[in-house]
Amino acid sequence: MRTHRKRRLSMVLGLVVGVGVAVTLILMALSENINHFYDPTQVVGGEAPQNHTFRIGGMVVDGSVQRDEGSLKVRFDLTDYKEQVTVSYEGILPDLFREGQGIVAIGKLSDNVFVAEEVLAKHDENYMPAEVKQSLKQVADYKEGQPGAAE
Amino acid sequence: MIPEIGHFALILALGMAFIQTVFPLAGAQFGYQGWIHVAKPAARLQAFFLTLSFAALVWAFLADDFSVRYVASNSNTKLPTLYKVSAVWGAHEGSLLLWALILAIWGMMVSFFSRSIPQVMTARVLGILGIVSIGFLLFMLLTSNPFDRIPAPLEGRDLNPLLQDFGLAVHPPMLYMGYVGLAVPFAFAIAAMLGGHLDAAWARWSRPWTNAAWMFLTLGIALGSWWAYYELGWGGWWFWDPVENASFMPWLVATALMHSLAVTEKRGAFKAWTVLLAIFAFSLSLLGTFLVRSGVLTSVHAFASDPERGVFILGFLAFVIGSSLTLFAIRGNQIRSFVHFSLLSRESGLLLNNILLVVITLVVLMGTIYPILHNAMGWGNLSVGKPYFDFFFAVLSVPLLLALGVAALLRWKKDDAAALVKKLVPALIVSLLAGVLVMLWFGFSLGAILGVGLAVWVIWLSGVAVRDQLRGKRRLSSIPRGFWGMILGHLGVAVFTIGVTLTSIYSVEKDVGLGAGESYELSGYTFTFNEIREIEGPNYSGTRGIVTASDGDYSVMLYPEKRTYFSSSMPMTEAGIDAGLTRDLFVALGEPLGNGKWAVRLYHKPFIRWIWLGTIIMGIGGIVAVTDKRYLRMARRKKATAASVSSRGATA
Repeated sequence: MRTHRKRRLSMVLGLVVGVGVAVTLILMALSENINHFYDPTQVVGGEAPQNHTFRIGGMVVDGSVQRDEGSLKVRFDLTDYKEQVTVSYEGILPDLFREGQGIVAIGKLSDNVFVAEEVLAKHDENYMPAEVKQSLKQVADYKEGQPGAAE
Repeated sequence: MIPEIGHFALILALGMAFIQTVFPLAGAQFGYQGWIHVAKPAARLQAFFLTLSFAALVWAFLADDFSVRYVASNSNTKLPTLYKVSAVWGAHEGSLLLWALILAIWGMMVSFFSRSIPQVMTARVLGILGIVSIGFLLFMLLTSNPFDRIPAPLEGRDLNPLLQDFGLAVHPPMLYMGYVGLAVPFAFAIAAMLGGHLDAAWARWSRPWTNAAWMFLTLGIALGSWWAYYELGWGGWWFWDPVENASFMPWLVATALMHSLAVTEKRGAFKAWTVLLAIFAFSLSLLGTFLVRSGVLTSVHAFASDPERGVFILGFLAFVIGSSLTLFAIRGNQIRSFVHFSLLSRESGLLLNNILLVVITLVVLMGTIYPILHNAMGWGNLSVGKPYFDFFFAVLSVPLLLALGVAALLRWKKDDAAALVKKLVPALIVSLLAGVLVMLWFGFSLGAILGVGLAVWVIWLSGVAVRDQLRGKRRLSSIPRGFWGMILGHLGVAVFTIGVTLTSIYSVEKDVGLGAGESYELSGYTFTFNEIREIEGPNYSGTRGIVTASDGDYSVMLYPEKRTYFSSSMPMTEAGIDAGLTRDLFVALGEPLGNGKWAVRLYHKPFIRWIWLGTIIMGIGGIVAVTDKRYLRMARRKKATAASVSSRGATA
């Protein structure tokens, strides 16, 4: 009986240690691959990291989209109706990318320009990225449903 | 009128689900034969009422009855008929109705194919399925009734254009068959615990159902991936998007469950573990439903979402997990496995398979849940990058595939090391050779050598397993179907691995600006942008690019499109794809760049079809395993035995 208990105890201990090690490793890898979200105010305020990938979200400022004639380079401004950040991107923008639409971009900050690797716009015309909506709600002059609900 | 009949049928189905739960469970507990016999007719009637309800909703869509709010917001008179039908499950309410209907159909199937199973067991299984039905039907009637009426508008809002596609018409039913099908092994596990008979028998009864659900889940996920590939215009086949993860986690655990059930049935080992896996597989299905339907996700797929609804599903999830784990805690100490097996045995191999699959599930679960928890705690928004998932999946796949090849060869209980090594050495040599061949063909990459080498390892060793089985047998047909199912499943995994490896490593992608007549060379193919044309579809208008791709001997026309649906201002990309067994050519139209130029995305994707080919082979393996004669014979076995066992079971 005692050896049986001992065996059971060592099995349980082994299991706990194994799971602990696995979870720690996973968490470590997780923390290296996390992309935090910042709104333009936070980026201008210097809260966003330099040389580390993060996500930025906001509304594309009307009339700010500039395209290099004949090439895929594009620049536009993102706003949370308080501050603006210029985003540069090279490639095809998503179908739902439009001026006045909420988008999220993933990339790095370089000389106060956000160099995007990926630009995301949601596949729903009424949709505002949840994060953008949340950040806009904190800005007083934003009225719910006004800019996002183009339809 | 007809929508009201649908609504009424839904309420009757709920009533029937109550009857299906209360009488059989109480009858089984206290040994009332009459109550036990209520289970089967109740399950069939519930399925009947839900079919009626579902048919009423289909009718409302086909008849353009816009006085039903759900129809008005998801259909349109101009919508093609096929999509009017698939629009039934295109949004929240209807997809829940489909969920409930499929659950009832699984219950009905159990009621028909359970003649060899003791009545009392079947009664419990159907009772548990009834509880799940009650949860979902209540949820629908209280928060998401698809039959709600509104003052009828003249025209509906149309189905989300992304969903107007054949792949997505069949993806949800397939996926739900898998998701919901996992309720059956769950119900068997709970019923076995309630009855106190956690022996090999319940594992045997549960196996064909698990295989069937797994098969549907496999094909459902594959359909979703295929759809994302050609419809979203991104050329990717898997994004580690939370909604994808939500379907992948139950798949991983269901895969572990299939293997663990084999050990429990054949050797009586891993009993407690198998029960836990059955509970978790279904819980993860529910979690998936919660994640997709509650709106907690930042996801490209969060089509219909509402936080209040999430609270209900989360509560139901907590109830299911909480009560089944409590039952497990009470009954768990009665589960004893006195089975010994040596380190080198099939049991060990399957144990390793289970551990690895569960660890992968844990990795995916943490990556999916962590951002949600982080946000819920008010610590801000974040997302977990693709590299996290890719890294772990790749690292954990290596031992998984290594073990997969070997375990299929091993004998139960104990195997001979020397004989095994003799079989493994040639396999190793062939795998290395295959890796070198890939390197010569595509260029050096350690990942490709490893991936293809492992796939060949699995294929070769599966061949050895077949040879071992044939030894001493006269006829091919004397090998059980279950074995062929396993071999096909494993070959599917190998084919899938080759596809994933080669596509991930050797795909070439380029976004270019092209004017009429200009061309661009990519991976030996010259893509020529001929012209742009305006097109008119039934409920959209758009532009179509005409692109020629040619490598000298072979030439093909590709027609990427950009569509704007009348009912919304939402533009949609339709890619032009030339599919091939060894490569896909993929062209997507971006936006006009001025000067008559267009942004065009070009891809060369080697072996991408093998990804879906592999999953189809896995699915066929699942079907073959379900049709194993053992199960059919079991089903035919006469009621005489069933009756005698049932009286014994009732007293326990």
